[in-house]
Formats: sequence, C-alpha cells, structure tokens
Amino acid sequence: MTMPSTTPENPAEATSGGRASADGPASADGRAPTEGPAPADGPVIELRGLRRDYVVRAPVPGARRRRRQTVRAVDEISLAIAPGEAVGFVGANGAGKSTTIKMMTGILRPSSGSLRVLGRDPVPERRHLAREIGVVFGQRSQLWWDLPLRDSYRILGSMHRLTDRRRDERLARLVDGLDLGPFLGRPVRQLSLGQRMRGEVAAALLHSPRLVVLDEPTIGLDMVSKEGLRRFLREDRAERGTTLFLTTHDMNDVERLCERIVVVNSGTVAYDGALETFRQHLGAPRELIVDLAEPVDMLTLPGASTTSVSEADGIRHRIRFAGAELTVPTLLSAISSEADVRDLSLTEPAIEDLVRQIYTHGARPGRA
Amino acid sequence: MVATLYGSRIRSQATFRTSFVTDVAGQVLIVATEFLELWVILSQVGTLGGMTLAQVAVVYGLGALAFGIGDLLFGEIDNLSSYIRSGKLETLMIRPVPLLLQISSLDLSLRRIGRIVVGLAMYGTALAIAGFSPTPSALALAVLAPLAGALLFGALFTMAGALQFWLVDGREFANAFTYGSNYVATTPGAVFALPMRAFFTFVVPATLIAYAPTLALLEMPGPALVPSWAGWMGLPAAVLVWIVAGLLWRAGVRRYTGAGG
Repeated sequence: MTMPSTTPENPAEATSGGRASADGPASADGRAPTEGPAPADGPVIELRGLRRDYVVRAPVPGARRRRRQTVRAVDEISLAIAPGEAVGFVGANGAGKSTTIKMMTGILRPSSGSLRVLGRDPVPERRHLAREIGVVFGQRSQLWWDLPLRDSYRILGSMHRLTDRRRDERLARLVDGLDLGPFLGRPVRQLSLGQRMRGEVAAALLHSPRLVVLDEPTIGLDMVSKEGLRRFLREDRAERGTTLFLTTHDMNDVERLCERIVVVNSGTVAYDGALETFRQHLGAPRELIVDLAEPVDMLTLPGASTTSVSEADGIRHRIRFAGAELTVPTLLSAISSEADVRDLSLTEPAIEDLVRQIYTHGARPGRA
Repeated sequence: MVATLYGSRIRSQATFRTSFVTDVAGQVLIVATEFLELWVILSQVGTLGGMTLAQVAVVYGLGALAFGIGDLLFGEIDNLSSYIRSGKLETLMIRPVPLLLQISSLDLSLRRIGRIVVGLAMYGTALAIAGFSPTPSALALAVLAPLAGALLFGALFTMAGALQFWLVDGREFANAFTYGSNYVATTPGAVFALPMRAFFTFVVPATLIAYAPTLALLEMPGPALVPSWAGWMGLPAAVLVWIVAGLLWRAGVRRYTGAGG
C-alpha cells in the first residue's frame, strides 16, 4: 500500500460532505428515530486533525541498542458525526481504525489534534464517557467467563448504576431482540461464537448508550448470525435514535447498518460521504448473475459499459455493469422484457478493491 | 456494586468445588511447610532474633494472616501485565468503574482463604501460649494488626501492579517486593542486619506488619530501629504507602493511555 502524496480531499471538505448525508438519520430505511434522549447540539463525535504516533524499538542487526522508530498510526483525521448518524469506518488492516476507536473511548491519548466525544474530552473524562458509550471489541470479550451470561448483565447493571427495574426492562428487550433466552443461564465459556457475540452486543447496549461503537462486531460469524445481529442493531437504533460508529471488514455490515461511509487508509481519511453515492462515484463494476428459464444467446442490455457473457448454453448470464450508470432494477426490467429470470445473484466489490480504486482512480468523495 | 462484584466471584468459584478444595489444601500445605522450616531452625538454636518458638509463631501467624487477607483482596493487581498483554485492560477501561476496583474483584481467589485460616489459627494459638495478656489496648492492637498488615500488603500489590505499566514483563521483579515482604514480615525482624532492617521498616515497611505488633502485644523490647511502640505504626504506614501506591497507579494509567497497547 503506497501513501499518496496528497489526500484526495482535504479533511474539512470531506467532513462537510459527510454531514450533508446526515440530514435525515435513519432515513435510508424510511424510519425516523422515535424516542431516545434529545440529541445534544453539535456533533456526537468531533475529531480535528487527530494524530497518533507509536514508538517502536526495532532491533538493528549487528548493533546492541535497538533503534527507536516512530510509526504514525493515525495521521490528521478530521471527522464530525452528528447525533443519530450511522457511520461505517472501513479500511484495510493497519489503516488506523482501532487506534481511532481507542482515542475516542479514552484508552489512548492523541499525539496531536483534538477530539470531543459527546462533548467530553475522552481521556480525562473516560469514566463519565463510559456511562454514555457502548463499545463492542469484536476480538475481546467483556463478559465474565465462568459465570452464567445472565450474571454478566447483573454486574454490568450495577456498574452502570441501573435500577433493577430499568435493567430488567432493558434486558428483556435485548434478550428478545437478540434471542439470548436459550443460553442466558449458561456460563459464557460454553457459548458458541455467535451466541457470545450477541451476548457482547447486549452487554454494550444494556445501559442504553447514546453512542454505540462497534469494532468488528461480526468477525467470524456465519451469515445467519450476522444477519440477526444486524437486524437487531437496526431496530434498536430506530427505537432509540442512537449514533452508531462501526468498523468492519464486511461491506455488508456497512450496507445494512450505515448511511455514511468513511474510508481510512494509512491513517488518513480517503473517502467520506453518503454510502449510496460511494459506489457510483467509484464506478466500480458490479456483477449480476442471472439464470434464465429458457436459453437466450445474447441479451440486449442498456448502459455503455455493460458487458454480458453467457454460460451454460445461454441459461446463465454474467453481466458486469457500472453502478454509476445503471441501477439493478433498470437492468432487471430490461432483462425480463427479453426472458424469464429464474434466479439471480449480485456481487459487490470488496472493501479492499474499493479502497485501492479510490487511490488509483483518484475518486472524489460523495458530494463531488 | 462492590458487593455484586465480589459476590459474583465467590459464586463463580463455588461452581468448581473440587479444584477449590485442592487449591485450599495446597495453600495450607505451603503455610505449614514454611512454618516447619522456622521450627527446624528454632529446634537447633533455641531462639531466633531473641524470640522463642511460640513468639516466632505469633509473628508468623500474624504475617500469614495479613498476607492472606491482602492477597485475597488485592492479589490480582500484580497480575496486571497479563491484562495488558491480552488487551483485557481495554475492556475494563470502557466501564465507568475505577480500574483498581475492577481488577481486584476480577479474580477473588477463594483458595487464598487457606492461608488466612491457617494464619488465624496459628496467630490465636501462639498468642495464648506466648503469654498474651488481653488488656483492652492490647486486644485492640491484636485485631487491628492483621487488618493494617493486609492494607500494607494491598498497597504493595498495587505498587507491584503499577510498575508493570512500565515493565510489561516486570511481574517477577514486582513480586520481589510483595512476596519478599511476606518473607520478611513472617520472620522476627531482629535477625536482619541493620541496613536491611532499616530498608524493610522505613522503605518497605514489612517489619511493621507482624514483627513490630508482636513485640507490642507480648510487651517485649525491640531491637534498634524497631521500638515496641512501632507496633502501632502499621496503620499510619499503610495510609502512607497507599498514597504512594495510588499516585504510582495513576501515573501508570497515564503512561498506558500515552503509550498504548
């Protein structure tokens, strides 16, 4: 991965691009947040020129002393996230996602730059902040290993000073939404990964936080578990109007949960904008595979850059098209005017491909 | 909340009954062996640091009791480096509860009760044999001493833990102070040469945990630097050491947020 000499967009513009997409939180699925705390004025998360260096001591061959080396994990990230927004924070391994989350939650102090989360300075006000943020570290458990799952919630409830009634009401909702009932009485160490992850999410949401930070919440889960988790996260957000900040390697997480996407690469914001426009502006090819009821040799399709390859004697057609040019419904209606579609599947470019494309094509952020 | 935290630990350990029993038995065996060592020495030399076997047993019992309580409540803190390495510390940092409280309650090992029980039994029995006269003030000291000692050990464990923010592999080094202090505490302080006695009284106040209170309880004159009234100094010393430990811990957390995992 090479570092570009200039960022595709300066941080301020990137931020405004993102904010514009936040006009209607949760509007993408036609639902508005119905309840929850009144959104405070100003952004929930505000990062300004955030930078974080690590000092590593690397051994030098032949020398007794190790050389000090400064590695810049986060380099001038600026970002503003409004109340109720859902933001997917994506990037390859080592792009600086986790470091940013650690700075937002008060675990790490920035090397320079400033940040406010829910109006607070995270490191000095870490414990206050903890009452209002729910965090899931996908790779780390915050449940009590050899206690029944239920007991973890009892402990967390008292840590957050929830009254028994509030805790029980909230837990009932979480148990119902995440389907925890069947294993609530089982020690955490005996749970499957999918069960544990649902338990982790419930643990992070128990105190009804205003901001939910999920660091790879679906890592290692199967499709069904992922989908169940996403469905509940959407529901809960719609009910309470929480702000969601999500890092993931799974583009489907972003698509199902977020309206805005921020791509980081080498510690800087490479793209910030509405999810819908993301692909279109990139012009990344999408691929639609249709199986037809009757063989057709050649489909006549709209779009200048659309290509079609037929397989299996004209039963299966592999169609590559540009997202900026065509929508799937347009394409489908064109196909069905020629033949009956029996089955179809759509593949999307992976995040790594998209990030690479941002650099090779110098794609403009969403509002360009 | 504190009750919920500790209560949950006790219940989780009650689920592993066999391992609990063997752990306790192991602890009892360790204490017994250590005391046997002192007994063998005393059977050869008669007195150790000016103390008879019964008097040494008071020191040993009191030291073991104080260490047992301190270890039970704060012992997990000197395991900090494993929390740092596994990243577990980060999950504790996103909760609205002080880190020290969370870590000390995370592994409340009930097996450590073995040491407490043996220590208490030895302390009581030896006091009776050594001719303890229970005046009100002596009785008060007899009760206060193990608690002050436990607090002192707790502060030492906290310091040992805090040091690991700098020395991630520093558990062994840190244990030199905690377990070393335990060794000193359970031994009559007069056996140590003056510089060492001074170190373990004024720098790491281990002689104030059991040796000095025993002198006061049994109305014995103390050696140089450890007068009889020093038996009452355990609590003030514990307060002082806790202040230092608290500052060190805070500096450690600050260092962690600066340096990162």
